[in-house]
Amino acid sequence: MKAPLLVFGWGNPSRGDDALGPLLVERIEALRLPDVECLTDFQLQVEHALDLHGRRRILFVDASVDAAAPFSASRIDPAKDASFTTHAMTPQAVLQVYRDLEDEDPPPTWLLAIRGESFELGQAPSAAAQGNLAAAVAWTRHWLSGRQPP
Amino acid sequence: MSFELETAAHPQNLKRVAIEPVSRVEGHGKVTLLLDDDNKVHQVRLHIVEFRGFERFIQGRPYWEVPVMVQRLCGICPVSHHLAASKALDMVIGATLTPTAEKLRRLMHYGQILQSHALHFFHLASPDLLFGFDADVAKRNIVGVIGAAPEVAKKGVLLRKYGQEIIRMTAGKRVHGTGSVPGGVNKALSIAERDLLLKDIYQMVAWSREAVGIIKGLFEKNLASYNEFGRFRAHSLSLVRADGAMDLYHGGLRARSADGKPLFDHFDYGRYWEVITEDVKPWSYMKFPFLNSLGPAEGWYRVGPLARMTNCDFIPTPLADKERIEFLAYDGGRPAGATLGYHWARMIEMLHAAENIKDLLHDDDILGTDLMSQGERQERGVGVIEAPRGTLIHHYRVNEDDLVIRANLIVSTTHNNQAMNEAIRQVARQHLDGREVTEALLNHIEVAIRCFDPCLSCATHALGRMPLEVTLEDAEGRVLDRKFKDGRGVRSAT
Repeated sequence: MKAPLLVFGWGNPSRGDDALGPLLVERIEALRLPDVECLTDFQLQVEHALDLHGRRRILFVDASVDAAAPFSASRIDPAKDASFTTHAMTPQAVLQVYRDLEDEDPPPTWLLAIRGESFELGQAPSAAAQGNLAAAVAWTRHWLSGRQPP
Repeated sequence: MSFELETAAHPQNLKRVAIEPVSRVEGHGKVTLLLDDDNKVHQVRLHIVEFRGFERFIQGRPYWEVPVMVQRLCGICPVSHHLAASKALDMVIGATLTPTAEKLRRLMHYGQILQSHALHFFHLASPDLLFGFDADVAKRNIVGVIGAAPEVAKKGVLLRKYGQEIIRMTAGKRVHGTGSVPGGVNKALSIAERDLLLKDIYQMVAWSREAVGIIKGLFEKNLASYNEFGRFRAHSLSLVRADGAMDLYHGGLRARSADGKPLFDHFDYGRYWEVITEDVKPWSYMKFPFLNSLGPAEGWYRVGPLARMTNCDFIPTPLADKERIEFLAYDGGRPAGATLGYHWARMIEMLHAAENIKDLLHDDDILGTDLMSQGERQERGVGVIEAPRGTLIHHYRVNEDDLVIRANLIVSTTHNNQAMNEAIRQVARQHLDGREVTEALLNHIEVAIRCFDPCLSCATHALGRMPLEVTLEDAEGRVLDRKFKDGRGVRSAT
């Protein structure tokens, strides 16, 4: 039986602020909340559509160079986008793969984009990113509780 | 083996087209073309922003940390780095692996080959192959494949998932696994895990056979164009087993000339620098390896599935070997020298990986618990593995305090650097010369690069960092046109 709530973060833990997604997942996993499954990977790919099946709600988490600090959070829908760029897919494209493979709409999904600045190999996350992460964790706890996040 | 089209005679009079970065290629790649006013091609270069901080990232760390930390060099083939580093450090601690440890590592490796090849063929390459190189970009993607051929796409997803389950069970985790360590492995495979994998392996073998049939059918249908697309002559390099068999985990180095003659054979990879040197060119961050005996101008070569297929004497699993024989004989052997032949060879390797997994799962050694060994400590270690994309070399020196004091990595994409440049120059000659530059024509360049499945591991994939930018400049460097593509689609950036 799959947990009804999925928190899925991606990024490379050894590339500075790219670690924000996995770090958020680590913080949430440490809370040992019931009904929550936490997963991470280096990046999104087609097979992750299979992880979405049977969920009530999904939260995708990534570092972002576009989001305003500390983070942005929004509902996302499946999209036939152009993210076949590189080996990494957008979360919208993964939702589309789910829809096409399963022939049904994916569970309601949010994208939490945490502002990052620096992505060099071997760097630790920046101080600014750590602050953004703390705010994002607080938001995620609201999201998991089903209450309206502040 | 010339460098024609590498450097234009009078670049100041030419306009420049940049494709940046190359889509569906991991990392940062950029192609620049110099064209005259009649769109005749004078110079073509693939620039790769190779991150040369690998060595710095590793140096100074305790050697036992290295197999885990090198996985973070690359989000695409972490298992290959995990295993190549482990092999190098086996040498440092003087270990000869137990049968169980070696077979578990092989299981992990063939799981990686299976999932990597499945992703590449079914989802990165098949949009080009199923819809054509000129097809509408909106259709030519993974979602397009699912719409047009849902069963094909679904099998691709499930093959990849199966390979990743093997990695999870042998490495301990889906990502950042720790299964392989210097001297062996630290996790045994349980009977329940073995049985779970056995349940689906016959389906994976069957789907892999179907995949070979798909690419064979595509070649039959487009034989002349596939044979000629981006075609060039090259030497080849790979590991082979002592009896000449294909072996993706271990063996000696074999190089063959473009006409199949042996250049060296069963060479001990622990002394790879005696046969391979990395050249540098002022216009590229990525090095250009060559065979010492032939020199930089004549000694470049290709690695990966096509090189392995033509280099080995046989494949030690029956279904894949039957396909290899047919591939090499097909149309007088022309596909085996074609750039698009990489796809055919890759699917034969996927079948070989599936057969290998099946055999390993039926081998009782795989359930053993004798996992570690150790011998006489050495200062230096070299590990070489045939990663999905080609030969991968890890080389370390470790001091008396067990710290890595020198590291050198030659990744598959670096080996293929000159070969990829040659392929795109051929495509430019065949498809761009004197014609209007269109998005479809530029995709032909990308199709050629994708045949090699290059993995440029320096990329981060934060949201908003996956653009494709095409820039047309005049001779003075003024931007005439620029188009920008990211996950949200194509739009004008000027």
